[in-house]
Amino acid sequence: MTEVSAPLEQFVIRPLVPIHIGTTDISYTNSALLMTIVVALIMLLLVGGTRRAALVPGRLQSLAEMSYEFVAGMVRENVGTDGFEYFPLVFSIFMFVLFGNFLGLIPYSFTFTGQIVVTFALAIFVFLLVTLVGLIRHGFHFFTFFFPAGAPVFMAPILVPIEVISYMSRPVSLGIRLFANMMAGHTMMAVFAGFTITLGVFGFLPIAINVAMFALEIIVCALQAYVFTILTCLYLRDAIHLH
Amino acid sequence: MDPLAAKMIGAGLAAIGVAGAGVGIGNIFGTLVSSIARNPAARDQVFGIGMLGFALTEAVALYALLIAFLVLYAV
Repeated sequence: MTEVSAPLEQFVIRPLVPIHIGTTDISYTNSALLMTIVVALIMLLLVGGTRRAALVPGRLQSLAEMSYEFVAGMVRENVGTDGFEYFPLVFSIFMFVLFGNFLGLIPYSFTFTGQIVVTFALAIFVFLLVTLVGLIRHGFHFFTFFFPAGAPVFMAPILVPIEVISYMSRPVSLGIRLFANMMAGHTMMAVFAGFTITLGVFGFLPIAINVAMFALEIIVCALQAYVFTILTCLYLRDAIHLH
Repeated sequence: MDPLAAKMIGAGLAAIGVAGAGVGIGNIFGTLVSSIARNPAARDQVFGIGMLGFALTEAVALYALLIAFLVLYAV
């Protein structure tokens, strides 16, 4: 069954530089290598793009400014002007996820956003941060978030558990959405690529489908980075303004 | 039952979930078209919301597909 399990082989984490401290394995893996490349590329784009800032921007500077403007607009529209203290965080998340998604599309590279541990860590970080922001800004008043204003009090035993569960499921849905999109998309392409050999003469059909799927995947990569960021913004808005 | 057959049947059953997302995505784009047709000036605002809705709904389809793939290849 080795050839059947091949579609998931692209998600296997391989240690490149084995490092062990005690019983803990903190090896430098292909996932970590891709993350390093992503961070280096983002630094290169932003630092290189704004180093010699001109009034009429060149290509690199336009790209850096456009990404900044895009996320700034997103924060302004969804969180409001008092959410701008969290702009660096939102911008970092957006660039990290976007570059991770796009670099994963390069054949024979590695998609670290297709690892649930990465996406879930990002999601749980956003969740904890948003909860802390809400608690620090509003104190115990934050807990009125779980009871919609204007609802009759006798509905509380039903409404409060529902609101709490929906709040608690936020990091799960946020993390799994990105993970499932990346993993299902890449697996689907690998499965179709596998049909190329078995179909023989008609092998060009799966390749044609894969070309179309690649276009879809490029859209999905950008869209999922956007969705992850905009949901972060919406959660931040909830925490800052409480409904 | 042959375990391989059970695996295939399970993956097929998991893929049924995609139907719901198909209805959802069709609904989103149908509503998007009709709202832009009614008010073409609102196109830029509505299109962004529509894309967000599409991405959120498509993710549900991929949950089902993910389960199907995991049943087929990982377990």
